[in-house]
Amino acid sequence: MQVTMTVNGDEVTRDVEPRMLLVHFIRDELGLTGTHWGCDTSNCGTCTLWVDGEAVKSCTVLAAMAGGRDVHTVEGVAQNGELDAVQQGFLEEHGLQCGFCTPGMIMTAKWLLERDPDPDEGTIREAISGNLCRCTGYENIVRAVRWAAEHPAGADEEVSA
Amino acid sequence: MQVPDVFEYERASSVDDAIALLEKHGDEARLIAGGHSLLPMMKLRLAVPEVLIDINDLEGLDHIRIDGDEIAIGAMVRHAALLESALLAEHYPIFADAERVIADPLVRNRGTIGGSFCQGDPAEDLASVGTALRGSAVIRSSAGERTVPIREFHQGPYETAVGDAEMLVELRFPIRTHIGSAYAKVERRVGDWAVAAAGAFVQLDGDQIADVGIGLTAVGADGFTCPEAEDLLRGGPATPERFADAAQLCHDLCAPVTDQRGPEDYKRHLARELTRRVLHRATARARGEES
Repeated sequence: MQVTMTVNGDEVTRDVEPRMLLVHFIRDELGLTGTHWGCDTSNCGTCTLWVDGEAVKSCTVLAAMAGGRDVHTVEGVAQNGELDAVQQGFLEEHGLQCGFCTPGMIMTAKWLLERDPDPDEGTIREAISGNLCRCTGYENIVRAVRWAAEHPAGADEEVSA
Repeated sequence: MQVPDVFEYERASSVDDAIALLEKHGDEARLIAGGHSLLPMMKLRLAVPEVLIDINDLEGLDHIRIDGDEIAIGAMVRHAALLESALLAEHYPIFADAERVIADPLVRNRGTIGGSFCQGDPAEDLASVGTALRGSAVIRSSAGERTVPIREFHQGPYETAVGDAEMLVELRFPIRTHIGSAYAKVERRVGDWAVAAAGAFVQLDGDQIADVGIGLTAVGADGFTCPEAEDLLRGGPATPERFADAAQLCHDLCAPVTDQRGPEDYKRHLARELTRRVLHRATARARGEES
C-alpha cells in the first residue's frame, strides 16, 4: 500500500506492507537512523518520535497509521546546524554515555518542555519514565532537561549567561 | 525482530463506516485505536487478524462531558486525557489514581479507554475502575445502539460483550453525591501490569455507607469485583473494622494464580490490603479530608 506522511517538514511517499512498523519505515525506508530501534515491545522508548505533536513509541505504531500525519524525528530538532536547547543541555550536562537512549530521551524531553517549560525534577522523572537508560545516566539526563528549561534559547543564551 | 503476520489495512472515516467495514470483512477483522495492546499481541502472533480497521480518524469519540446525570467518556479518549481531566478529578479521582500507574506517559499518549475495555485483559486497570463505579458501555452496530452494564461487559479473559460488527463508542458513569473514590496498585516495576490492584468508591450518608463499589484487578475475582464485600459494607457505618472485614472477604473470595508476577497467597494478601487502603482513601475523600 502507498503511505504518504510529512517527516520533519518534507512530504514522503513509499510503497510498503501494511504490517510495517513506523520505526522501520523511518529507519529503513527513509534512512533516518537517528530514531533507534530497541526492545520492540513499547518498553524502552528509544524509538520515541512525534506524531501530530504527541511523543509516541514508533515500534508500536504502524507506518500506515501515520499516513497523512505530521511526524518529527530527532533529525529535525537542530535548526540550521545549531543544536536546540535540549540537545545543548545533553552536551552541557553530560546527559549521555553510550547514546542509545538519547534520541528517545530528547524527543520526550522536548515534548515535556512544550507542555511544561519549567518542570521540576519529579515532573521530568515522570515524563521520561517510559524511556530507559541502561548506562544509569538518569541524574545527568534530568540535569540536561533542567538546563534546557533554564536556557530556552540554547547555546546562544549560555554564552551570554 | 517482531513482525505481525500479514493483514489488510483499512482506515475508517466515521463510526458508520467502521461498522460497515466490520460487516464487510467479517469476524477476522479488528478495529485498531491506540494499538498498544493489539500490536504487541500481533507481533507475538497471539492475535492474527486478517483486516485491521484504523479508527484514529473518527470524530466525536474523544469527549469527557456531563450528559444528564452521567459522565460520558468517548471510546477514543486517550489515557493521557483521562489523567488530565478536571471533570474526572472533581467527580472520580479514581481515574487519575489508576491512570498514573498505567504504563508510561508515551504509551498513555496513544492508548484509549475503548481499547483498554475491548482488549479485556484480566490485569487491565480501567476494567476494575469501571466495575467499581458500576458504569455502562454503549455499543453500536448498524441496527442501532445498546447499553450494557460494565459488570456484564467482560465475559472472560479477552472476551467482551462487543459482538462481530459492533463497536464500543462510549463509557458512562453515574454522577453521585457525597462520594469519594480511589485506586491502588502494586506493580513489579513502574509501568508494568498489576501484581494486584483494587479500586473503590464510597458514598456516605452521614457516617453510614449509602453505597459502595469495589473493583479488583489481576486476582481472578469473578467479574473484577466482590459483591459479598460490597453487601457487607452497604448500609453500615464507615469504620476501619468494617473495611477490614470487607477486605478479608476480598482476600477469601478472589482466585489469583501463581505466575511470574507473584505467588497466589501474596496476591490474596494484596487484594486484602489494597482493598482496605482504597476504602479508607475513598472515605477520606468523601469526607473532604483528602484530595
